[in-house]
Order: sequence, then C-alpha cells, then structure tokens
Amino acid sequence: MFEYCTDPETLDGLRWLSCYLTTGKHINFYWSFVTVLVLLFITAPTALAFGFLGAMSARAQVAPVRWLGQAYISVVRGVPDIAFFLFFVIALDQGFEWMRHQAFCPDWTDPIRQGNDFLVCPDAKLPLSSSPQWVHEVYGFFLAVLTFAIVFGAFAANVMFGAMRAVPRAQMETAEAYGMTHRQTFWRVLVPQMWMYALPGLGNLWMILIKATPLLFLLGVEDIVYWARELGGTINPRFTDYPHGDWRLWYFLALLVFYLAFTRVSEILIERLNKRLRHGQAIVGAGA
Amino acid sequence: MKKLILSTAALALTAGVAMADTVRMGTEGAYAPWNFINDAGEVDGFERELGDELCKRAELTCEWVTNEWDSIIPNLVSGNYDTIIAGMSITDERDEVIDFTQPYTPPDPSAYAAMSMDVNVEGAVIAAQTSTIQAAFVAEMGATLVEFATPEETVAAVRSGEADAVLADKSFLDTVVGTDGLVMLERMEQIGGGVGMGVRESDGDLKATFDAAIQSMKDDGSLNELITKWEVASTF
Amino acid sequence: MSCWVTIQDYALRSIGIGERLLPKADFTICQQVTLIGSGMIWNIYFGALALLIGFFIASGLAMGKDARNPFLRKPAEWFIFIFRGSPLFIQFFFAYFLFLKLKQLGYVTWLTSAQAGALVVLILNTAAYSGEIFFGALRSVPRGDMEAADAYGITGWTRFKRITWPTMLRLAWPAYTNEAIFLFHATTLVFFSGFPTWQQRGDALYYANYFADKTFNPFVPYPILAGFFILLTLGVIGLFGVMNKRLNRHLPQERRKRLRVRPNLIR
Repeated sequence: MFEYCTDPETLDGLRWLSCYLTTGKHINFYWSFVTVLVLLFITAPTALAFGFLGAMSARAQVAPVRWLGQAYISVVRGVPDIAFFLFFVIALDQGFEWMRHQAFCPDWTDPIRQGNDFLVCPDAKLPLSSSPQWVHEVYGFFLAVLTFAIVFGAFAANVMFGAMRAVPRAQMETAEAYGMTHRQTFWRVLVPQMWMYALPGLGNLWMILIKATPLLFLLGVEDIVYWARELGGTINPRFTDYPHGDWRLWYFLALLVFYLAFTRVSEILIERLNKRLRHGQAIVGAGA
Repeated sequence: MKKLILSTAALALTAGVAMADTVRMGTEGAYAPWNFINDAGEVDGFERELGDELCKRAELTCEWVTNEWDSIIPNLVSGNYDTIIAGMSITDERDEVIDFTQPYTPPDPSAYAAMSMDVNVEGAVIAAQTSTIQAAFVAEMGATLVEFATPEETVAAVRSGEADAVLADKSFLDTVVGTDGLVMLERMEQIGGGVGMGVRESDGDLKATFDAAIQSMKDDGSLNELITKWEVASTF
Repeated sequence: MSCWVTIQDYALRSIGIGERLLPKADFTICQQVTLIGSGMIWNIYFGALALLIGFFIASGLAMGKDARNPFLRKPAEWFIFIFRGSPLFIQFFFAYFLFLKLKQLGYVTWLTSAQAGALVVLILNTAAYSGEIFFGALRSVPRGDMEAADAYGITGWTRFKRITWPTMLRLAWPAYTNEAIFLFHATTLVFFSGFPTWQQRGDALYYANYFADKTFNPFVPYPILAGFFILLTLGVIGLFGVMNKRLNRHLPQERRKRLRVRPNLIR
C-alpha cells in the first residue's frame, strides 16, 4: 500500500501498523464488511417478499395452499438456523441443477446420482464450469441470500400473519360496506394498515438478521467473523511479513463495536419509521 | 465410464459447447504450511505451489477456491469444484465416498505439543480439532479428549493450561512450537495415510491426469524439493 | 446390532453414561437418531435453566430500565443494549476468553466448562432480551388498572406484586414465547463455536456434525436434528400456551382470544 512497506521488518510503531492494516488480506477483511452489508440489504426485501407470500398463503381460502403456508412457517421457525444452513445450500444448489438438467438435457441417459456423486449434464451446471471465478462467487452469494431469505421469510410471515389479524375488523367492514370486493379490501385496506402492526416485529427481525451474519461462512460467504478469525490467529514468520501472536481479542472487539453501532443505528431508524406509521392512527401512543 | 465420456462428447458437439479445461481446485486456506491465505489475501502454501505445477504439467487451467473444511467433501461430490487439495489424508472412510490420486506426500506423523516435556499422554487432557482423525484417535486411546472448533483454539488451550497437550499433524505443530514455551513431545502417532488429491469417483479421467502429473513430479525429484521447501512431511 | 441395544448404549452418551466410544462404521439411522436425541439433553438443559434464571433477572432489568433513578436505569439500559446488540457468537468468544483469564488468576475455575460458562452467557443473553420485552410490556400496562389500584388503596410493593407484574407478564407473554423458542435454538451455538467439547459429550448439533462428517452425507443427520427441534419447539409452544391461559384466566372470553393476535414483539 504505502511505499515504505516494502521491508516490514525494519518498521515499528505506527508505520508498522499502517502497513499491517493495509495488506491484501486486510483489504479483503474490509471488503467483507461491504459484502455483509450488501447481503443484508438484498436479503431484507427478499425475506419480506417470502414472508408476505407465506402470510398470504397461510390465510388462504383454499385448504392445500393454507396448509402449505402454515407448514412453511412452523417448520422453518421450528428449526435452528445453523441446522438449516448446514445442509440447505447444497440441497438448493442440487435442486436448481436438477431442474436445469430436466430442461436442457432431455436426451441424457446416465443417472444423475452415481453412488455419492451428483452428476448433471455440463449444460445444466450452475454456474457453467467454464465461467470465470466471479460468476461462481456471485452465484454463491445468491444462494446465501436465498437461504437467508427462506429462513427469515418464515419469521416475517409469522409476524405479518399476526399483523393482518390485528387490523381492526371494523376497518374491513367499513370497506366492505363501501362495496369493495374481497380482493380490493385486501390490497387497499388490509395491506396498508397491516404495516403499523407488523413493524415492531419486523424491526426485531432485522436485528436478528444482522446478528445471524456470523453464520454466513457456513454458506460459503467469507464474512467479517471469518476474516477476523483468520487475521487474528497466531501467525508464524514463515508465512507472513507481519508475524504476531493471538490477536483475536482485538479483532473481535472491532466486530463488537461494529455490531453495536449497526444495531443502534437500525434501532433509531426503526423507531422513527414507527412514529411515522403510527401518525394519525386511532391507537394509544399515536402521534397527534 | 466409457459411455459417459461418449455421451458427453456427443452432447458437446450437438450443443456446440466448447468445454474449457478449467479445473476448480478446492482447498481450505487455513492449514499452514499446506494451504493458507497469505498477506496479499491469496491462497498460498505447499499445495498452492504443487497444484499450480501439476496443472501446468497436465496442461489444465486451474482456479483456486476455498471452502470450509466440514463441507469440503459434500461440495466436491455435489460438483461445486473438481478436486480437493487440502492436506487431506487418504483414509478408508473417505475413499468409500470419493477417489484419491496417488499420495503426493508420505504419511505425516501426528505429534503432541505441550508446555513441558514430561507429559504422560495416556493420562492427560489432550486437545484436538473437532472431527479430525486426531480427535478420533485420542478418543480411542482413552485419554481425556477436549475438542475445539479450530486448530488455533487447540493450541491456545495448551498455552492457557486447559489441556496438557495438543495432538495435530507434525507439520502444523512445527509452526507453533518454540513460541510461548511450547515444546514437541518425542512420542509420535502414525494415523492416516499419505496425503492425496480428492476427486469424484465418476471423474476417472481427471484422476488419471493428476496421477500422471504427480508421477512425473516424483520421477524428476521436483516433488521432494517442494516437500523440503515447505517442511510438510518427509520426502519420498 | 438391534436398535434397542443402540438405545441402551447411546441414549445417555451425552452425559457420559453408556458406551465410551462413538460408532465408527456402518452408521444406522437408529444410531443417528439415538445420539442426536441424546445430545438434545444438553440443549434442553441450557435452554430450560437459562430461561428459568434469566426470567428473574429480566424482571429486575425491566424495572431498572423503567426506574427514574439514573443509577438504576443506566446500567440496565447498557446491559440490555450490549447483549441485544451483538451476536451470541461474539459473546461466547469474549466470555470464554474472560473465564479462561479468571481461571488462570485462580478465581472461579469451573466457568471454563460449557455446562457452567455457556449457561452463564445464555442466562445473561436471555435476561437482556426478555428484559427488553418486559420493559415494553411494563410501559403498556393500562393506566386504568393502576388508578383502580390506587382507588382501592393498594400501593407500593403490594401494588407491584398484585397488579403491575402480572399484567406485565400477561402482555409480554406472546413475545416471551418467541424468545424462549429462539433461546432453545441458540443453544446449538454452545459447542459449535465457543466452548470446547469434553470427552465427546456434546449437544445435538455436535452429534449431527459428527455423523455428517463421518458419513459425508449432510442430508440425513441435519434433518434428524431439525425434526428434534421441531418437536422441542412444539413442546415449548404448548407449555407456554398453558401458562398463557393461566395468566389470562380472569379475562372475559373474547378478550382472551384477542390477546393472542397482538403484534408480536419478537426478539
């Protein structure tokens, strides 16, 4: 990074630190913060979409759809997220490849499962084995987002399901009295009114999502905790220009500060949003 | 097997797909000196150098990917990369699920590191990394086994006195003894075979290619040079 | 080997009773179910004890946060903020580090074992989360209830014990149920990252991991683990439902129902 970094052994104090903190490995560490943030900001709306679909189907009129929705919510909520992450990504990946295999290689005669191997035709591979590394990384990232969204979608569905039922019956009846159809009542009254009731739960869910990011390494994404462990561990002079002892404490301290700051900022923003949504509602604690 | 190659070729022709010879090499990146992430943030170590040389000899384009150790085999059989080159000892259990090339290092003995030379291993508390062959060995031997999630923590446990000794690959312990008063015990254990590259059982071609490349490196002595340079094991 | 023998050998393996060595080859579904089930003992131990003890600390924290006196309020606020604002993963790391240092200095040497140390972390963690839930509920205790108490001349400690606290619990219960579910799930982190496993006596995830590692097939042990946790979650929901009924027994029939649909303030 800096010119004087060419011979780290001669450096000391702040100059050594400035070189140490700008090694390629550290740059990866800093980038992983960006990765985690981007992932969170993509996952949140995706999980919300899953949650909305889940909540909608859980209160559907058609029984099989309702059962499906309710099963999704209760099964996924009942399982610890780690247990899910440990096998779900591979299952998801194989599922996609299997579907592509059916679509692209109808003439393929060899079995897909050969012993332990999972073999689809080259065209069905995701990503294609000829694609560059960044495609593989983007795909891995996408799988991680999807897995997170499915897990947290179930929690979001539960919150929204409750929120939909919390909307006062009188409001729905008024809408019906005005001659709105079932569909219109749903979209024009229930959905807009629901958010106020859903927000506290969804806000909490966002906090849980933030705090679940240390599990990202299970999904193949090199997150901040992965790099903190990697960088903080004792390292022998044979493998680095910057040998040091067990510094994990300092790296984890930095992560602690990051998480506390991030959740605090989120809390403040959610509180503001909450105030705005409550504005003008006929409930206790609403702003005038 | 032959049928599979034929149909692959036929399909490649009909679909007009040019199969690039990119081989994805899966490694862990947390196991110096075998494989680790260097200051520049890239995969480095004995296996990086070895793998690059093997690919050059086999005229393949290789790409390095890191994967967490626990899921390294499931991800290989699922096709997310094509080989495992991660200091993986050839064991019977693993061999049932995947295929190995011929070993590229002779068996590396497992060694104990402790704070003093006079630890009696059998009656001691021995630290090992969770789900390694060393952990299984200690459990079998009857000493008190204490398992940690990462190698770093196993060594830290000996330093802090939580465990009397740590059992791990000798090449790994070589990098930690001498610091903070850690010493290596004289007793060694022969667990596990040599280290080889893992490939899918259905990937006979790739196995043959790498087998030939490893053989050629054995023959001209360049493999031994690499082993000595990185101090990973004894030479052939 | 029949399944019954396996159950005899391994059902209590996680607490050190039964076969010393774990199965090493020819893994059967029976072995996997038995050992993973055996590990659940620890998940239930951590979850149940942490909830029980955490409950009382949480009540204290909620009152502290609600207090006018800043010497009571500030510590409670900070405690809740730190434990709610950071991942459990990192809390375990710091706790283990701290307990190790204490041990080296010669104080409380037993905290480095998961059974004690991780339990302490989980207690503090759930106390912070529940404390926040209780605090929110404390704030929503209807003013009318308190005024009625005043009118009857019920004040001070009696008022708190008879009116405020039960009402707070009643309001907080749905959210508290969620917290309990999350806490049980969080117990899987204890041995996964944080505390060492002694003599292969681990929790359900430890054994699931063991089988996944030995069979190289994650698609059997983890779904078994998931099944156990779904059962546990159903149990928790059932138990808390019974308590919810008891808390609400004085309310008129239709208001009882409405309580369940209050927007849940989960973790």
